[in-house]
Amino acid sequence: MALRDDPLNALTTRDGRASVLPGGIAAWIPALFLGTLAAGAFLPLALFAGGSGPGELLPDPVVWRSLRFTLYQAVLSTALSLVAAVPVATALYEFQRFPGRSLVLRLFALPLALPQIVAVLAITGLYGERGVISLAVENAGLDFPPVYGLTGILIAHVFFNMPLAVRIVLGGMSSMPDEYDRLSHQLAMGPASRFRLVLWPFIRPALFSAGSLIFMLCVTSFTVVLTLGGGPRATTLEVAIYQALAFDFDPGRAVLLALLQVLVTAAAFAALTRAGGEISSGMTLGTLRSYPVRSSAALRTGAVLLIATGTLFVLLPFVIIIWRGLAAEIADLLGQQSVRDAIATSLLLGAGAAMLAVVLAYLLASSLASAAARRRFSGTQSASERLLGQTGSLILVVPPVVIAAGWFILIRQVASPYAAAHAMVVTVNAAMAVPFALRLLLPAAMTETERYGRLSRQLGLRGLARLRIVTWPLARRALLLAFAFSMALSLGDLGVIAIFGSQDVQTLPYLILQRMGSYRTQDAAGLALILSIIIAALMIVADRGSASQTARKTSRRTVGDRKPT
Amino acid sequence: MTGSSPQIVCDGLRFGYDPRNPDMHFDCVFPAGRITTLIGPSGSGKSTLLNLVAGFESPLEGRVLFGETDMTATPVSDRPVSMIFQENNLFAHLSVFDNVALGISSGLRLAPSQRATVEEALQSVELAGFGVRRPAELSGGERQRVALARVIVRSRPVLLLDEAFASLGPALRRDMLELLIRIQRQRAMTTVMVTHFPSDARFAASQAVFVSGGQVLATGSAETLLDPERTVPEIRAYLGGSGGA
Amino acid sequence: MHKKLFALSASVLLSLSFLPAQAQETLTVYTYESFTSEWGPGPQVEETFEKDCGCDLVFVPVADGVVLLNRLRLEGGNTDADIVLGLDTNLTAEAKETGFFAPHGITTEAVAVPGGWTDETFLPYDYGYFAFIYDTEVVDTPPSSMEALLAGDVGLKIAIQDPRTSTPGLGLLLWIRKIYGDDAPEAYAKLADRVLTVTPGWSEAYGLFTSGEAPMVLSYTTSPAYHMIAEQTDRYQAAAFEEGHYMQIEVAAKTTRGAQNPLADRFLQFMLSPSFQDIIPQTNWMFPAAPTSAPLDPVFDSLVEPARALLFSPDEVADNRKTWIDEWLSAMTR
Repeated sequence: MALRDDPLNALTTRDGRASVLPGGIAAWIPALFLGTLAAGAFLPLALFAGGSGPGELLPDPVVWRSLRFTLYQAVLSTALSLVAAVPVATALYEFQRFPGRSLVLRLFALPLALPQIVAVLAITGLYGERGVISLAVENAGLDFPPVYGLTGILIAHVFFNMPLAVRIVLGGMSSMPDEYDRLSHQLAMGPASRFRLVLWPFIRPALFSAGSLIFMLCVTSFTVVLTLGGGPRATTLEVAIYQALAFDFDPGRAVLLALLQVLVTAAAFAALTRAGGEISSGMTLGTLRSYPVRSSAALRTGAVLLIATGTLFVLLPFVIIIWRGLAAEIADLLGQQSVRDAIATSLLLGAGAAMLAVVLAYLLASSLASAAARRRFSGTQSASERLLGQTGSLILVVPPVVIAAGWFILIRQVASPYAAAHAMVVTVNAAMAVPFALRLLLPAAMTETERYGRLSRQLGLRGLARLRIVTWPLARRALLLAFAFSMALSLGDLGVIAIFGSQDVQTLPYLILQRMGSYRTQDAAGLALILSIIIAALMIVADRGSASQTARKTSRRTVGDRKPT
Repeated sequence: MTGSSPQIVCDGLRFGYDPRNPDMHFDCVFPAGRITTLIGPSGSGKSTLLNLVAGFESPLEGRVLFGETDMTATPVSDRPVSMIFQENNLFAHLSVFDNVALGISSGLRLAPSQRATVEEALQSVELAGFGVRRPAELSGGERQRVALARVIVRSRPVLLLDEAFASLGPALRRDMLELLIRIQRQRAMTTVMVTHFPSDARFAASQAVFVSGGQVLATGSAETLLDPERTVPEIRAYLGGSGGA
Repeated sequence: MHKKLFALSASVLLSLSFLPAQAQETLTVYTYESFTSEWGPGPQVEETFEKDCGCDLVFVPVADGVVLLNRLRLEGGNTDADIVLGLDTNLTAEAKETGFFAPHGITTEAVAVPGGWTDETFLPYDYGYFAFIYDTEVVDTPPSSMEALLAGDVGLKIAIQDPRTSTPGLGLLLWIRKIYGDDAPEAYAKLADRVLTVTPGWSEAYGLFTSGEAPMVLSYTTSPAYHMIAEQTDRYQAAAFEEGHYMQIEVAAKTTRGAQNPLADRFLQFMLSPSFQDIIPQTNWMFPAAPTSAPLDPVFDSLVEPARALLFSPDEVADNRKTWIDEWLSAMTR
């Protein structure tokens, strides 16, 4: 961390300036990609539409009720996820040497990759009318609140997003200079002072980053909100968009609603930034701290309890998934050609999407990093820099069904959409994974640029050579992790296939829905288990693949002199 | 433990980053109330030795004694030690004043008299009026002086410096050393200073300890030990033809 | 497997330049995906028809019947489809309006759906009745009418589907509308108290039901047949309602493009023949819309026989759907 003397000031100062995109060509590629994807979704639909205009939309009370509920549940879900994540992440940071820590972190990468319906059924299996936990609580003579309604929505959203927030917050804390840790212990700070004076300044920007991501995920939540919401009172804009496009076939209305969703989210971001947040800071896996901290038994117990509670909350739905999955004929399922094909398809499309997402996100991250390096002395973050870091994420709130429909119209003109289905799935999933991958890659890109940016330029290291000699060794861990994360995310999305339709694009989640739709609940449970295992394996491989480098890093950090002069 | 400063004894310390392979072995004494310099090649274990004294590392064998007291198992926060690193001694998000004040109250709850103490300390490192600034607004030398101000208010009898002035220019480094010597003399702190510059060692320290390959190779007066004419071959090789800057 | 992988990666790379061969002996059928799933009728239908015609039958599956129609609309009439299979009568009026479909020109005397069949564009291939399925291990005395259901034990919750996003959801709305007419909003309001949750699609609701979370679910009278035949359990049964059950008739039609393809007519003929109809009951779990070559599995005879088959005409649905859904929404959110 011999990089900046004041990472926080550099992150929080704003005052827009400059209008050109930072980072030159490298930044234009992902910007162009995301822009084209969004434009290709909206423009053809808008031209196609005619249909209803804003005049019809604005007075509609259903729209406003949906919007209100969308924001209400998204704000609450985000807040709750963050509030739950801070203590868990802090405990995980402070007690880096407890056994099983890396398992917990891997577990925390799993929920987001689950199809919503699988998670919903697992959650009702725990907290529902006849859920394991609700029944246990009621048997103990206590009341368990009904899960349907806001309660269920919040439980599900916290299940999906708290682990994500924990990882982002841990990433924020691991960007803390080693010396801070040592100083705070030497200065004999109590846990409260240490949290307030040392940890919180690194947690805070990470919370903004996590919050913006989680907010978007909750805004677009569909199956969770409808199924656990208990009735049409719990309706998000996404439902209205789906209804407009799929049921009423009113593309004009769908486009307007989708724009409304994007604008409202953008406005929420602007408010967040105004409140002093940087919303694209990074997440990484925390590295091992280099010296053992002795802390009181009470603190250790508290931390163990916090970690155990958080872990249990995330783990239990998986226990249900495993339990139900084991009741299925796993061996038989794996023997089926369709299942093997679906696994292959999922992995292939997921890998394609992940590759694309990582490339795009790294281009974005290195542009942001070099922009940050350039303003090292001026200290102001330019408007275009914010545009890159934040607006790119907005693609997350463009409903997949709108992207699919818009691009369908376009592709029709030149080729068979049937044949383009693969490419569309890869493209859309990649775009949706970029905001996640960006957050994983940003810290690595910052380090790379600040440490070796000028050196590489001076030595004329460019393009592939720089990638091979400088970037890869330094950012390998982050790149592999971003790849695994993007791939896990990309195994899940189905929005595009719904309209493009292709028998070849049968992914594992698709197969799960298909089996459920054909009464084969058991098969679906077995497939959900298989999917969970694949995602877990992905995370383990990503961690293993980068393990040797971590070991080197930790030892270099501690042995002998830090800086040869 | 305040009051007179203790002599520090590293008694048969064994250490290794891989516990199965304790490849470092330290036996040495840092005299009470004096400045000792730790020199040696990169990767020789100088910082490790300092970290063992501060408590950031635990030895696999042996003892760390502060005077008569065995500190080997004492947590970092309970050792009467202040430490200055090469960088990041200041919390970037806290003001200069708060950074110094942390030396008095780690929760930043200060009585008026204590606030005055902080101001005085800033004054004595020639940074009066800098209290409201952020570390980012200071030069590298100014930041290290803030760190020294914190050492002053903390008034611990042991001071460890890990290449604290390595990144400063020669003239500035000399100024900082003078400031350090002044502060050290006033409080007679037992001071151990890791440096790469033999000239710094000769200027500031009375004693020098030469570490190489995870061992203490030689101990003696800084003058003698660092004189290319009179010293042992390993040190001569370390000092090189120039005889040190 | 390797071949498949290769084909897949090749099509990922070349997808934009790749156009499927459209030889004359190909018949393209747009349908919903559960029809073409390996447990659905698709594979058998394809095999039987291809053997018969010596041609290539290509299914293009999309998510469901509603998306099916929208896909045609997005294609703006310039479609690859010769046949569209999988709309239901709630959609046929709107579908006809698009002008994408051609009259079938086939005598409909073979068609055997309750209430008869006269449509000149669409031909039914199966039908079923909506019903509430209950878990006999939890529910001792199922409600015997919609009235009893709405007034019944509030503790006994039902999982239903959203009419804005799902066909069965719309079916329930029309069912209540058919029974209560303009009093439907009060009925919806009562229903709201009985509802455990409203899911976006059939799968979520049925998943909640089979996982034991909901003791009752909106599905079809034929659902128990699946459990009895495929799982050998009669645990799940349909509740027979005195007022009658709302009907869903699934239909197919040839497009204007298909009108140029002789195979389209041949397929529609085939669809009403026993070779197609035999496949339907135990793959699509619906009743055949025309005679089969042998009697159905006796399980089908044990299913609930509706006192009355309820159905709005396609035009009534098309004219009122939006109003009725809004009515449903405001009653349910009151």
